[in-house]
Amino acid sequence: MSTAAAPFRAKRVLPGFTLSLGTTLLYLVLIVLIPISALILKGAEIGPAAFWAIVSSERAVAAFRITLTAAAIATAFNAVYGLLMAWVLVRHDFPGKRLLDALMDVPFALPTAVAGLSLTALFSANGWFGQVLHPAGIPVVYTIWGIALAMAFTSIPFVVRTVQPVLEDLDPSLEQAAETLGATPWQVFARVVFPAILPAWLAGCTTAFARSLGEFGAIVFIAGNLPGQTEIAALLAYIRLEEYDYNGAAAIALVLLGFALVLLVLSNILQSWAARHREATR
Amino acid sequence: MKLPVLATALALILTGPAHAQDRLLNVSYDIARELFEALNPAFAAQWEAETGRSLTIDMSHGGSSRQARAILEGLPADLVTFNQETDIDVLAESGLLPEDWRDAFPNGASPYYSLPAFLVREGNPKGIEDWDDLAREDVAPVFPNPKTSGNARYTYLAAYAYALAQNDGDQAAAQDFVRSVFANVPVFDTGGRASTQTFAERGIGDVLVTFEAETGQIAAQYEAEGFERVTPSMSLFAAFPVAVVAENAEDNGTTELATAYLDWLYTPEAQRLLAERDYRVTDETVAAEFADAQAPVELVTVDEVFGGWDAVSAEHLASGGILDQVFVNR
Repeated sequence: MSTAAAPFRAKRVLPGFTLSLGTTLLYLVLIVLIPISALILKGAEIGPAAFWAIVSSERAVAAFRITLTAAAIATAFNAVYGLLMAWVLVRHDFPGKRLLDALMDVPFALPTAVAGLSLTALFSANGWFGQVLHPAGIPVVYTIWGIALAMAFTSIPFVVRTVQPVLEDLDPSLEQAAETLGATPWQVFARVVFPAILPAWLAGCTTAFARSLGEFGAIVFIAGNLPGQTEIAALLAYIRLEEYDYNGAAAIALVLLGFALVLLVLSNILQSWAARHREATR
Repeated sequence: MKLPVLATALALILTGPAHAQDRLLNVSYDIARELFEALNPAFAAQWEAETGRSLTIDMSHGGSSRQARAILEGLPADLVTFNQETDIDVLAESGLLPEDWRDAFPNGASPYYSLPAFLVREGNPKGIEDWDDLAREDVAPVFPNPKTSGNARYTYLAAYAYALAQNDGDQAAAQDFVRSVFANVPVFDTGGRASTQTFAERGIGDVLVTFEAETGQIAAQYEAEGFERVTPSMSLFAAFPVAVVAENAEDNGTTELATAYLDWLYTPEAQRLLAERDYRVTDETVAAEFADAQAPVELVTVDEVFGGWDAVSAEHLASGGILDQVFVNR
């Protein structure tokens, strides 16, 4: 607590608190706030009745439902796999570990359209994985599973990278203590490790979910784009733009933005909870 | 050491303007990349021979509605070569070019044309010959989303026009027919090229519906697959309209050059290059040369069947219109 409570009085790393704060705020306003305000103003222009008509239309509702369902599937998968991945990266040493660690950031760096095309090539009926999955009756491409797959690919680093530092900070002696007191490995995980990483893990999952809602590039290649079946909200917004229907696009985008903002606020609350939690257990 | 560098730099700067450099930006539709890669050097060579000025033509390709929107939002196109008249009308509405752009060049400003046609797998295993085969339950046609692709809008209208002709103009029967075609489509990509990938690379579907010109190019490119081209008995005349984006061209000082380029597209030389890439051309001599390669087909136009693009936009393409009804309520 003592270090956190002695903030910008004593030593300033960056020159002039006011200047740094002013610059960052100006940047934030120019790059983030103004575009979002423009979108909200565009939405306000439509009027509540027309706005509601657009976002509650059968097709839009179906698109939101598909987007949310697929994002939930992707997040559920990443919640388990991401945690496992973070665990492996922190607690185990093996050759190629640093490479694996670096690979974890590939989804951030790769253009999502390239990811979508590669995944489609792999999972289509004549692709490497698809050749096995299709005869088994598990079609992935052009179904909601394809959408979830693309979302899982592009959002996995969020879970891994939020859980990883917390796991690294976790004192292994706590686990050893639990073991000496006779706890089984599962009890150690459930009672000692998991509670400590829970806030960070939840925060990571929330961000991954928000990211999945907005994903477009990867999904349009692997989704069937069938209205009402595999058409995601971002594609519907894109279609509205192609029809020169700016209002329709703005309304759909605003709903997505609303979802994402709620999730990001939630994620921030969870992260500050995580930070306090860590201080307390230290 | 520094002096020679400086001298070279100076020399470069000074000699720069001596080579008159003309530059055009041609904003075009998705599947025309290879076409303009062939056309541009031929025109540039002629332009240099005539005027002694070298010419660079920049190309931008994408879905034609998206391209039109980019121009509306400031992409400084000197000229457009689209596959959809409505997308040029949008530019005209915003004052970028005159409303009567169709009169600026012969044939309604369409130097070449095409029509929706089919590409089937080797040996045509499903025996697909005409539009009614697309409505069969065992046939999966592949074409992009008509909402994002001008190409697929023609497919939709051609199928609709065919059904109207088969059912003595019965609108309800035509809608039922188109609905059953749409119900068979396994995946809607956002553009023509993506659908080509779906059909040719991923092996999805039994028949790809796209412009005849594109079916020829795909058949040639995927020679090993043995794809076969099928021309339906009837199809829709698809204009490939061109226009000088008057306002931009004036600002760039390229009005004369852009006009010369579009005029040149009507010359036998350009028409031959177009016909070689499976477009149908308006020059009768050249068209006769390629008559063997282009199957005869009964062509109807949007004006004849639907009463013009304005009517199509209002009745079919508008939100909640007939397209939405057959497309969304598949």
